[in-house]
Amino acid sequence: MADGRGVLRFDGVQRAAHWLTAILFGILIATAFPLYFASVESLVGRHVLVLRIHVAAGIALPFPVVVSLLGPWGARMRADLGRFNRWSEPELRWLRSLGTRRMPRADKFNPGQKLFAVFVGGSIAVMFGTGVVMAWFDLFPVSWRVGATVVHEVLAWLVSLAILGHIAMVATHPGSMSSMLNGRCSETWARRHCPSWLEDQLGAPGEEEFLKGRAGARRVSWRAAERSHGKPDSSTTNSRSGRSGIPNRSSP
Amino acid sequence: MTDLPGSGGASGKADGPGIAVGRRVFLGMVGLGAAGVVLGAPVQEAVVRAVGSRLAADLPGGDQFVIYSVTGEFPRIEPESYKLDVSGMVERPLRLSLADLLAMPSVQLVEEFQCVTGWRVPGVRWEGVRLATILDAAGVRSGAGALSFGSYDGLDTESLTLEQARLPDVIVAYRMLGAPITTEHGGPVRLYVAPMFGYKSLKWLSSIEVVRVARPGYWEQNGYPVNAWRDGSTSAAVPPAYRSG
Repeated sequence: MADGRGVLRFDGVQRAAHWLTAILFGILIATAFPLYFASVESLVGRHVLVLRIHVAAGIALPFPVVVSLLGPWGARMRADLGRFNRWSEPELRWLRSLGTRRMPRADKFNPGQKLFAVFVGGSIAVMFGTGVVMAWFDLFPVSWRVGATVVHEVLAWLVSLAILGHIAMVATHPGSMSSMLNGRCSETWARRHCPSWLEDQLGAPGEEEFLKGRAGARRVSWRAAERSHGKPDSSTTNSRSGRSGIPNRSSP
Repeated sequence: MTDLPGSGGASGKADGPGIAVGRRVFLGMVGLGAAGVVLGAPVQEAVVRAVGSRLAADLPGGDQFVIYSVTGEFPRIEPESYKLDVSGMVERPLRLSLADLLAMPSVQLVEEFQCVTGWRVPGVRWEGVRLATILDAAGVRSGAGALSFGSYDGLDTESLTLEQARLPDVIVAYRMLGAPITTEHGGPVRLYVAPMFGYKSLKWLSSIEVVRVARPGYWEQNGYPVNAWRDGSTSAAVPPAYRSG
């Protein structure tokens, strides 16, 4: 796991769920523009076609997340859902300070990422529900349609801003994109952005799993990986493996 | 695969320590959303009253018009060259210019514009000619029962029964929001059917054809109900509440 290719952060199921959701959000935001802004509608028109695409993408929106959570393929997805759910006291204090406090030491996700994930999840549910009221309006009283339209419009702004912030964070934090592209992040990146999780992954001595005796097995396979690659890529790796760094071996 | 559930770790596991904040935030959002659906209409009214309609129009969820164009672009019609054809089962087919319409007796209405899907704009001022006035000028022949409307966008169509068309708050409008109707709002001349949802108020009105029975219009062929009474009535007859106008 901690071979030269970095640490596995998101498996294929998670990446597929992320990018399908991203594409659907992209379609929804793009088609929302002419549906919402008169100036764009005057250039695009074709209201019924645009509306059909918007509704179809909206119906599809929850599926990548829901399908990837269910079934035998969703173990990692479910584990991360649990991480988004559970907040430690320091994380809660950070949230209550509205982000002004220093962020606590991060597990796999920092509290900002957790909040974003939960907010997007809640947004998918609410946008789906209000969208259903708007698309199948004849099943609902007129006052509900008015309410659904208001909620849909307000939350569309908020979730779009949140997604913009998400993209801005990726753009300004080099290395954070790689784990969503190829599933892995470098150890250097992980040590900086999610140190507790990295220790967990590497089976740091004294860690709970280590006591369970599972880390020993991992150390064996890890040594094997090291041998096959021939170059441990960090000092942490070296000290954990109980050897001096191979590149430095020749020095007296 | 230390990433899997039950693998321990300091925090952040589903069954681990910590407080289930994520679930609460998620359920809170769903609850707020549901409350917004049920209570959004009165809350929106209160906000519009509180901050004023002009400011509210710029807020998300506020009372601005949502512009619909069913074709690729808005039809641009010069007011000087505008013509409205009245044909079909009439004694005198008419070809009315905007000047002809302006010369006819006018009415003013202040009404809420309500879309069938939920958005609405309160207190819109309209000015135009009653459809009944135009029908009387053309002389409807016996046996006629409905009207078919055409739009300069070449695609949108609408229909009303004669009884619906003769309601006093059904007008051929040339002024809206205190000014000549803009292109994006369907100008220079559009239909305004006050007692029905917005899609009945056909934009860029080009023709009125008097026919025997109503033909479903563009939006109705795309799933909207033929009878669009804002009180939710679905019968073809005019609901009693609208008879007096």
